[in-house]
Amino acid sequence: MTQLQEVSVDDIKHLVSERAIQGETVLLNMGPQHPSTHGVLRLLLELDGETVVNCIPDIGFLHTGIEKNMESKTYAKANVMADRLDYLNTLGNNLAYSMAVEKLVELDVPERAQSIRVILAELQRIASHLIWLGTTGLDVAAMSTFLYCFRERESILDIFELCSGQRMMTTYIRPGGVWRDVPVEFEAAVREFIKMFPRRVDEYEALLSRNPLFLDRTFGIGTVSAEQALNFGMTGPPLRASGVNWDLRKARPYCGYEQYDFEVPTRTEGDVYARYIVRIEELRQSLRIVEQALNKMPIGPVCSSNHKFIPPPRSEIGVNMEALIHHFKLWTEGFSTPKGSIYNAIESPRGELGVYIVSDGGPKPYRIHWRTPSFDNLQALPFMAKGLLVADLVAIIGSVDIVLGDVDR
Amino acid sequence: MQPEFEPTIQALKKEFNAQISEFRGDVSAIIPAENIVSAAKMLRDEFDFSLLSTMTAVDHWPEEKPRFDMLYQFTSVSKVLSLSVLVQVPGINPSLPTITGIFKNAIWREREVWDMFGIKFEGHPDLRRILMPADWEGHPLRKDYPLGYEEPQFTFNFEEIDLRKPYAKE
Amino acid sequence: MGVEQKLANMGAVTTTLETVVNWSRTRAMWPLLFGLACCAIEMMAAEGAHYDMSRFGMELMRPSPRQSDLMIVAGRVSRKMAPVLRRLYDQMPEPKWVIAMGDCASCGGVFNNYAVVAGVDEIVPVDIYIAGCPPRPEALIHGIMTLYDKVNHEKIKDRA
Repeated sequence: MTQLQEVSVDDIKHLVSERAIQGETVLLNMGPQHPSTHGVLRLLLELDGETVVNCIPDIGFLHTGIEKNMESKTYAKANVMADRLDYLNTLGNNLAYSMAVEKLVELDVPERAQSIRVILAELQRIASHLIWLGTTGLDVAAMSTFLYCFRERESILDIFELCSGQRMMTTYIRPGGVWRDVPVEFEAAVREFIKMFPRRVDEYEALLSRNPLFLDRTFGIGTVSAEQALNFGMTGPPLRASGVNWDLRKARPYCGYEQYDFEVPTRTEGDVYARYIVRIEELRQSLRIVEQALNKMPIGPVCSSNHKFIPPPRSEIGVNMEALIHHFKLWTEGFSTPKGSIYNAIESPRGELGVYIVSDGGPKPYRIHWRTPSFDNLQALPFMAKGLLVADLVAIIGSVDIVLGDVDR
Repeated sequence: MQPEFEPTIQALKKEFNAQISEFRGDVSAIIPAENIVSAAKMLRDEFDFSLLSTMTAVDHWPEEKPRFDMLYQFTSVSKVLSLSVLVQVPGINPSLPTITGIFKNAIWREREVWDMFGIKFEGHPDLRRILMPADWEGHPLRKDYPLGYEEPQFTFNFEEIDLRKPYAKE
Repeated sequence: MGVEQKLANMGAVTTTLETVVNWSRTRAMWPLLFGLACCAIEMMAAEGAHYDMSRFGMELMRPSPRQSDLMIVAGRVSRKMAPVLRRLYDQMPEPKWVIAMGDCASCGGVFNNYAVVAGVDEIVPVDIYIAGCPPRPEALIHGIMTLYDKVNHEKIKDRA
């Protein structure tokens, strides 16, 4: 198992150009362990001096077999594995999975739970974009943004810890609503964050947006046009930076997004700088949504009361016979679902995150497939990097914002 | 079903004899395996389903005929529609024509389906394993492939599993 | 006490060689940049300003294994990544230590299937295991402190 596999040159001959075989260009391995690849991504670069002639990504170093593992767990327990797919968007993964299960069994979700879901999903989007900004800044040698972004992220993680007890991997959003009601300190903490954050975004923009060094590294690099982006299956900020106004929160609103007033930033250039501007604007728009959702949050239950699918509260079990039966059935066997297959997609910070569930009537998913955005966004990398320098390649990988957990599942 | 779907549904029924069904608001069409390339081309060019959201397969082992269900999920950005196209593939020598000429992100998606299920795609420029190591045997997401889990070490069987577990000494 | 006080006034300290060697090894242990998955994000958060790791001498993660002492395996190790991990471990010069951070590196974690190596100690010898999914940055710092304790009690003849 620990032996390195031998792969002969013939296997990859069709991928590299003629000049590599003759020895004119150099084949360089930008290996799985590298500070700029944002995870375990291996790139085989064919270089002519410093120019990239060809770039062949090799993925699979983080393949965890989550899809097959979820087939052996009941629907409620499989939610735990869902967080660990795209580990920067944990609540978003939970949301995608919960909404898919609710669509399958036609479960209702109360209004208060929808608002809490929206607030947490948008805070998660802000946290994910902050990490993107920090690590991309690190790639183009802006090291102070890294420290500032992680400082902001700590405030968001404190809010997650208030609700669920965990900083990441919360499994707080479950089919039927959320796990339990938010504590009393939640509103004050979120309002504090809303007050503090806009100045910080202005700080990041002041550091980078007009900085001539940053502009040199990112302006005009890695351009993709709108048709090419759609053909590659790109979604999310890279697609919006190329001019296509496609955001699932506006196009097919879910979780009550239609009641909130926000804009979807788009640019037309399609280069690294455009993607940077789109994500910075999304930070501001997400904060708007959080504020509106917090103001409108209704009073009510936070979980559906359909106890065929949701475990009843502990207080009822000692008193009510039906509650005891439901509790027993749910924890031993799980709930049964109608036969059929559904596809449900939400907008994650990286693009369209979709869940495809096939059910055969039993308590465990027969087949579950995750449409992860980074898998498709990464396919455009060789196209974007052709003819550019290695340093530009690093900036492009940062701008596509891949998470290897998403790519490899 | 939204009314904008009607022309697409009529064309699919007329050209390819598709079986249309709807479940929880999702529209899906089952078409024969040979027609997938022309169907994809028609959907992209005439009806503006310009985004191939995902492609995957479902294994129905131990049913042999057909064993695999191949799913193509098309999304139309301009009309905000989402259509699932299903193709049935037999279990012996499963293969399908490739649609990499029409949608570029099918290149990696088809490699993934080959890696996980063993369905070959004719005409694919580069069919190799993508998620598993290159010398791996078997196709993991098939139903007759074991999950491959290890036995948990509880206190009653701690020592016997400990002896079997390979520890690296240096 | 008299002799040592007199020596200390003159600027000389007496101690054993082992104490000095172990003290110097703990004061600036450079970790290898080896974040794989979710635990890597918590490791980066521990590097950030809130849970500062640079006060332990670890502010920079060295990308090159030839220049690092400590390998923090942060995240799940898949079958494809296992030989790479072993190769990196072999490339590190002695003295070297390994911390298995998180549940997936210690024992396979939530995942029990064909693709994840159940516990990184099947591949490299591990000194410290840190539990958590992901462990809080404070847990990581506690693990590093425990490693320092362990190093302070080591004998020179155990390591090259």
